[in-house]
Amino acid sequence: MLAAFSDRQWLWLSAGFYFAGFVLGTWSLLRRGRPSGVLVYALIAAGYGLQLAGLGLRGGAVGGCPLGNTFELFQFTAWSAISLYLVIGVAFRSSVLGYFTASLAATLTLVSLSIPAWDSGRRLRFFGHNPWIELHAALALFSYGVFALLALTSLMLLLRHFSLKSKNLGGLFSFLPSMVDLDQIGLRLLSTGVVLLAASLAVGANYWLRDPASASIGKLLITVAVWLAASIALILRLRGRLLAKRFAWTGLLLFAAALLSLWPIDSSRHAVTVPSTPINSPTRP
Amino acid sequence: MSSPGFFLLGTTHQRAPLAVREKLALDAEASAALQAELASIAGLRELTILNTCNRIEFYGVAETTDTLARLEAVYCARQCFSPEEFASFRLSLAGQEAIQHLFEVATGLDSQMLGETEIFGQVKAAYATAQTRQSTGPVLNRIFQKTFQAAKYVRTQTAITVGQVSIANVAVDLAHNIFGDLKATRILLLGAGDIGEKTAKAFQSRGAASLTVSSRSFEHAMELATAFGASAMPFDQREVRLAEFDVVVGSTAAPETVVSVEAVATALRKRPARPLFFIDLALPRDIEASVADLENAFLYNLDDLAKIAESHRVARLAEVERARAMLTEKSAALWQQVSAQGAPHAPTPAAGKPAVSPA
Repeated sequence: MLAAFSDRQWLWLSAGFYFAGFVLGTWSLLRRGRPSGVLVYALIAAGYGLQLAGLGLRGGAVGGCPLGNTFELFQFTAWSAISLYLVIGVAFRSSVLGYFTASLAATLTLVSLSIPAWDSGRRLRFFGHNPWIELHAALALFSYGVFALLALTSLMLLLRHFSLKSKNLGGLFSFLPSMVDLDQIGLRLLSTGVVLLAASLAVGANYWLRDPASASIGKLLITVAVWLAASIALILRLRGRLLAKRFAWTGLLLFAAALLSLWPIDSSRHAVTVPSTPINSPTRP
Repeated sequence: MSSPGFFLLGTTHQRAPLAVREKLALDAEASAALQAELASIAGLRELTILNTCNRIEFYGVAETTDTLARLEAVYCARQCFSPEEFASFRLSLAGQEAIQHLFEVATGLDSQMLGETEIFGQVKAAYATAQTRQSTGPVLNRIFQKTFQAAKYVRTQTAITVGQVSIANVAVDLAHNIFGDLKATRILLLGAGDIGEKTAKAFQSRGAASLTVSSRSFEHAMELATAFGASAMPFDQREVRLAEFDVVVGSTAAPETVVSVEAVATALRKRPARPLFFIDLALPRDIEASVADLENAFLYNLDDLAKIAESHRVARLAEVERARAMLTEKSAALWQQVSAQGAPHAPTPAAGKPAVSPA
């Protein structure tokens, strides 16, 4: 039966697992006073596998990385964030991060699945036959996934700061990692995001210099602006000018900016679109 | 005479005051000697001695109540303690009640500091020692293994161990919330108040990188530093060198504050990436209250810590009944299994002794 699933059905299933992680985390928090670490991690991992299957099917069908419309961009961003979480989550040993990640992934995937207009046009061979431009797009989106995780750790840092200042340390607050740990992980995530986005821009610039008409100035400016903002934040943080709360707010704003930039970037692209039809097999068109 | 049974005999902090517990306590050598002596008691099939600062408890399998009486007599004689006096402090349980008690002890429900986890290790050590002495058998092996499982289960399923309940440990936990691992955390102890010393000790025991003592009397600081294996610092350098430390514990008897908000702001500028944590245990207070308004500084005074400790204690108390209900269910199931395997009854009490509940 699973073999007959369309890519969207796989992605619905994946979103269901992320949502189950969120529900289990909430239930565990309310019932037992602590988030359930291992189970939430397992649900996220299962959701990740299903999402990979769905995106794989979609990629096979469109003949490249599935980054051709808003729906795919949201799905890919969520997938990138989860990819990192699955690595960081084990090292970080924070059940709260798992709970927050499940919430974010469920939101991104369910919202994108619930708005059919976002997936109304699929672009076939969107990147033509140029693997470099596909790499450029994938790296950029992956860096947005990193910023998504940065936003989560930033939110956790703000909550930890609030709990320490307000001297309210019970409930969810008691499971948050320390201020210093959150600050360090935030710094590493920001550095990773900046490097990935820089690599993406470098690959894209190389292509754009040879064919300036291939990308709109608007898209270029927005992407460079996001990268510049992240780079400035990183420099200020390394120089000790952007710390604790302000650093955390910056992390949240960066992700918001990255997310908002998806629309103008997406609408500025020119591509062949085909009407949406369920795709049941990975057959290339 | 009656059939063999699982029993508990001893006394705890709930029955005997400290002065009595001191007389009844056994060191490792005395415990080994006593166990050797008890081996000669006919009908004492299995035995584990749990001896901590809050309890001396004998868990075992006895054939008759006479066996128990002889155990008690031998123990009292060794401790030079009047058996009549011991009877007034004695805790004697059998069957499921004894199992339930052991479960509650291992879970920390019977501890002076409710929910503390050190007792779990002490029960494990007592059982390991008994195994080494080959004084355990099928009944104790099963009961102790199940005890460890039950204690772990309850600690995971309830909030009985969540949050510290002593001022010193609350302070250390707060430092964990700020710095994470304390291995790189440097502590400055200002003054030499009793609670300040306890807090400094708690930081040391949890692996703080270094401890520096600074007191208005440098000799006193040196004395204390030597006792702690720490270093001493002249009191007049406390503000200038503030940036070198992560946690500052104030416990002087100074009539006014000894750390100003300006000094803290300067220290924070020198170490922008690392917060500063102030624990003010002094009365009157040592740290200027407006330090709490600085973004990367966290200030907790004695009242704050006491409130947190109390809230943890109340939260743990709220979990006691739930934890006890879980343990009762498990002890009933275990006693049923143990009874079915050949220890169906508890020894009945000897004349003049408090009743021992049969299963």
